[in-house]
Amino acid sequence: MSKYNRHLLVCGGTGCHASESDSIVCNLRDELEAKDLADSVQVIITGCFGFCGKGPIVKVMPDNTFYVEVKPDDAKEIIEEHIIKGRKVTRLLYKDPLSNQPIPDSAAISQFRKQLRIVLRNCGFINPENIDEYIAREGYQALGKVLTEMTPEEVIKEVKDSGQRGRGGAGFSTGLKWELARRNQSDEKYVVCNADEGDPGAFMDRSVLEGDPHSVLEAMAICGFSIGASNGLIYIRAEYPLAIERLKIAINQAREYGLLGSDILGTGFNFDIKLRYGAGAFVCGEETALIHSMEGLRGEPTVKPPFPAEAGYRGKPTNVNNVETFAAIPAIILKGAKWFSSIGTEKSKGTKVFALAGKINNVGLIEVPMGTTLREVIFEIGGGIRNGKKFKGIQTGGPSGGCLSDKHLDTPIDFDNLLAAGSIMGSGAMIVLDEDDCMVSMAKFFLEFTVEESCGKCAPCRIGNKRLHELLGQICEGKGSLEDLDRLRNMSIVIKDTALCGLGQTSPNPVLSMLDNYYDEYVAHVTDKKCPAGQCRSLMEYVINAENCVGCTACARVCPVNAISGERKEVHLINPAICIKCGACMEKCKFDAIFIR
Amino acid sequence: MSKIKSFSDLKKKREELKRSTEAGISAVEPGAPVQVKVAMATCGIASGARNVMEFFLEQLERRNVAAVVSQTGCMGYCYAEPTIEVRLPGQEPVVFGFVDLKRADQIIEKYIKTGELVDGIIPVNYETIDLMNKED
Repeated sequence: MSKYNRHLLVCGGTGCHASESDSIVCNLRDELEAKDLADSVQVIITGCFGFCGKGPIVKVMPDNTFYVEVKPDDAKEIIEEHIIKGRKVTRLLYKDPLSNQPIPDSAAISQFRKQLRIVLRNCGFINPENIDEYIAREGYQALGKVLTEMTPEEVIKEVKDSGQRGRGGAGFSTGLKWELARRNQSDEKYVVCNADEGDPGAFMDRSVLEGDPHSVLEAMAICGFSIGASNGLIYIRAEYPLAIERLKIAINQAREYGLLGSDILGTGFNFDIKLRYGAGAFVCGEETALIHSMEGLRGEPTVKPPFPAEAGYRGKPTNVNNVETFAAIPAIILKGAKWFSSIGTEKSKGTKVFALAGKINNVGLIEVPMGTTLREVIFEIGGGIRNGKKFKGIQTGGPSGGCLSDKHLDTPIDFDNLLAAGSIMGSGAMIVLDEDDCMVSMAKFFLEFTVEESCGKCAPCRIGNKRLHELLGQICEGKGSLEDLDRLRNMSIVIKDTALCGLGQTSPNPVLSMLDNYYDEYVAHVTDKKCPAGQCRSLMEYVINAENCVGCTACARVCPVNAISGERKEVHLINPAICIKCGACMEKCKFDAIFIR
Repeated sequence: MSKIKSFSDLKKKREELKRSTEAGISAVEPGAPVQVKVAMATCGIASGARNVMEFFLEQLERRNVAAVVSQTGCMGYCYAEPTIEVRLPGQEPVVFGFVDLKRADQIIEKYIKTGELVDGIIPVNYETIDLMNKED
């Protein structure tokens, strides 16, 4: 057995690291050494506790004591009081945010954790290739309950009452969608799972399918029972080979147990699921385009109505839901609408999975109740901005969403708040930007994506986005004017109002939100011909500082276009007309004599 | 595998599986094998999880440790891949991040064999729901 009887866990997450957790570790170890305890108490550096706002954190095990905002000088007191005398250091204990009372046992602080996993309840716990592990964690119990104890109307009412809204992006009521599909009579109906996850930076659907495929299969069967369908289809991109592999295994195992197929659980209900592969076109995430693609047609959207609930796949009533929407359904059925609707905000219930990416310390997949603020997501769970840089913005909802600035940090995240702020929930991609990111280049980057992915069917999207992209390119090159900024805005509004489908209607969002939130930066590009973030190459000028230059000629020798002139031991000069702004000279200079103007 | 014919059969099956599968067991009896779960989503595999899993399979057997090594999905800690979870008999599971082969070796020698912790622990930073419990 271990020689240690106690452990001191010190958070070494990047957030706490920045606030001196290193010195805390050193001081604790020194103190233990001095008190001759180094053989029985071990100091361990851990990853992030998710309480970065209260860091640095020291947790004492096994008595579960959670110290927050610990300073290196506190090490002595923790060792002397807590470890030697067995008295907890009250002033450092985590305090209940409501009552402000210190909490001595950290088991009780779990309710203050920011994350709640409903959709991700099994991800990372079960072996996704073993149906038994899913069943052991209440798997297929919701399906059993629905088939034996509920009518389709009751199921739909439960889902409706839960207040769940579609997690694919638009946020339409799931229960209402099911009700519409049920109401339309037909000899055949379809349940479709939209697994065409296309937002750059979003990977929650893949993670759910790879980690917990049965939760989606079970929910599709429940949906089938509710709307009166016996066929399920999963539209998944061929770029997700592992998710496809695990889905195939899961479908086969469910069939072998009779949980898919005919006469499920002896109730006479038939339901089976097949896979359909997409080639990875962004527009096919739009439900009408998705259905056309499944039919073997071009992946182009059509005008709604008719809605898929009326005439969808092969002209039959079809219900399309996103992976994440489905994955929450078994939990809603088992725990009830009341429970689900108790989580979240007034109009957005439950939790949302976000893929945190960009310039953030704890890049990862997180699930938080609706209503959590952006600040909590970025600075508590995400551990703050990488390399101690300053937060500049967060792009939510991928290329269809908007970029929100620090004035939005305390906005509770839900469908309506994000929309009001000029962005969207979208699939839940969150890309964090820091002070080094140029907002004109970012808008151009997202436009590049939508131009590439536009199907070309309607003119506003096909031509409008192309023009937007061109204008942004000109601004980045210093060829823009103030009128161009108005042109950007006007064109964006026209595209938004007139495009055929969701792709086009949302594609100007990055431009509009960035114009709103970072107008000064756009003005700097067009009037001062400067890029404040120092990203736009055409607007940079490399200059030699005469005071620091010793005339070593190193820069001149490394310049690929011979733009640098000057005699040995004399101050050198860069000719801006020849300079291609590669930065090689600046890297080479040992005297910090070259800077960007 | 035989078909499950009714809801009550499914419930029975669930009870059996709760006692026999790794995922179902909430409190492992002392004396049970050590459980190692490796996060094997696409991203985990891309950062080396498969090598780590093979290492555990091979080395635990070679070093005579009674253990069950299995794969699981994404644990959510992209910044710390590859990630694994180790559950010693009768104890709460512990997640380790940044598990390269060197750390994997440490985990076997120190944590699994003696219970001594090693760096790289990722504390549980979320709540998860219990589908059985209607109250929470």
